[in-house]
Amino acid sequence: MPRSLTQEFTKGLWDEIPPFRLVLGLCPVLAVTKTLENGIGMGVATTFVLVFSNILVSSLRKVIPSKVRIACFILVIATFVIVVELLSQAFTYELYLKLGIFIPLIVVNCIVLGRSEAFAYKFGVFRSLLDGLGIGIGFTLALAALGTLREVIGSGNLTIWGALKFTDLFGPAFQPFQFMIEAPGAFVCLGLMLCGMNLLGKK
Amino acid sequence: MGDLIVLAISCILVNNILLAQYLGNCPFLGTSKKMETAVGMAMAVVFVLVLAGAITWVTQTYFLNPLKLGYLQTIAFIVVIASLVQFVEMFLKKSIPALYRGLGIFLPLITTNCAVLGVCLINIKEEYTFLETIVTSFAYAVGFGLALILFAGVRERILLARVPKPLQDTSIGLVTAGMLSLAFFAFKGMV
Repeated sequence: MPRSLTQEFTKGLWDEIPPFRLVLGLCPVLAVTKTLENGIGMGVATTFVLVFSNILVSSLRKVIPSKVRIACFILVIATFVIVVELLSQAFTYELYLKLGIFIPLIVVNCIVLGRSEAFAYKFGVFRSLLDGLGIGIGFTLALAALGTLREVIGSGNLTIWGALKFTDLFGPAFQPFQFMIEAPGAFVCLGLMLCGMNLLGKK
Repeated sequence: MGDLIVLAISCILVNNILLAQYLGNCPFLGTSKKMETAVGMAMAVVFVLVLAGAITWVTQTYFLNPLKLGYLQTIAFIVVIASLVQFVEMFLKKSIPALYRGLGIFLPLITTNCAVLGVCLINIKEEYTFLETIVTSFAYAVGFGLALILFAGVRERILLARVPKPLQDTSIGLVTAGMLSLAFFAFKGMV
């Protein structure tokens, strides 16, 4: 049964939210969520690539031969990743430095390729746009949630885009929980969040 | 020579590609349920990563740098890696069928393994020489294999344990990976 356009958008926010429901694209999720800011930055960059690659792939879907489709998808995605890379270099240089090689690595983020293959290649342009936007926003939300958790517990502070700063959330006697900022914390934290998601929505 | 050994050790243990650099996590969780697939994936990665490291280094040094096309790095590397994987697959199928059967399905998966592209980008970023590039690529791949095989061993044991329902499968996998990463974390400060 075809889904309505609204459902096409909202499915990315809960039902198919990456990286929880679709366990794909874990590397950026683990690597850049040391702080909330980085998480959101990565989420926005990925959303941009997702939306535009979905639009282009779906408008070219009649032209791309199915045998070489994966190569074509990767080329389309790589083009938009370069666009994001140059844009972030020009306008948000600090963030660009923090995200480092994870911006070029959006190319091999399985979520983006997965959406081209599973969705954009089969459906119309507008529908694909909504799908990309929904999945992208879902991904950003997930990164933001993980980033918030790790930053608050790991440093006791929270910075929202430089404008809003909360320091010493747990009072001055709080010892930052260094574990959360480092690699092991990322794995454990994501694992426990996945467990929480399983508890909330039975599927 | 001593420098190269230190570099190799730091890439295998201290900066382990999976557990400290967070690269290549999809195959890490995807192919670690059985020891057999883990070993296959690890071998395929060692094979491809060394080749990809060498070829992307040549691409960067002799094509992109002289022509000032640095901004095309991402697209150039992914195309090079994708065609390399395709080529290796065809070559193995023809000449070493036994190895091809062993690596078979893992080869195409490697194109989208971010560890491969990631290591190539790190090599360029750190401005390694050609020899150092080969050593780091090999060492990172060995580190990948080591972590993957260790993790597969742990996961086979978890199958026998009673895990609470919401934690099952990926969730417990991630928590276990966290513990493994904690173990590798102890190598920090060694080199």
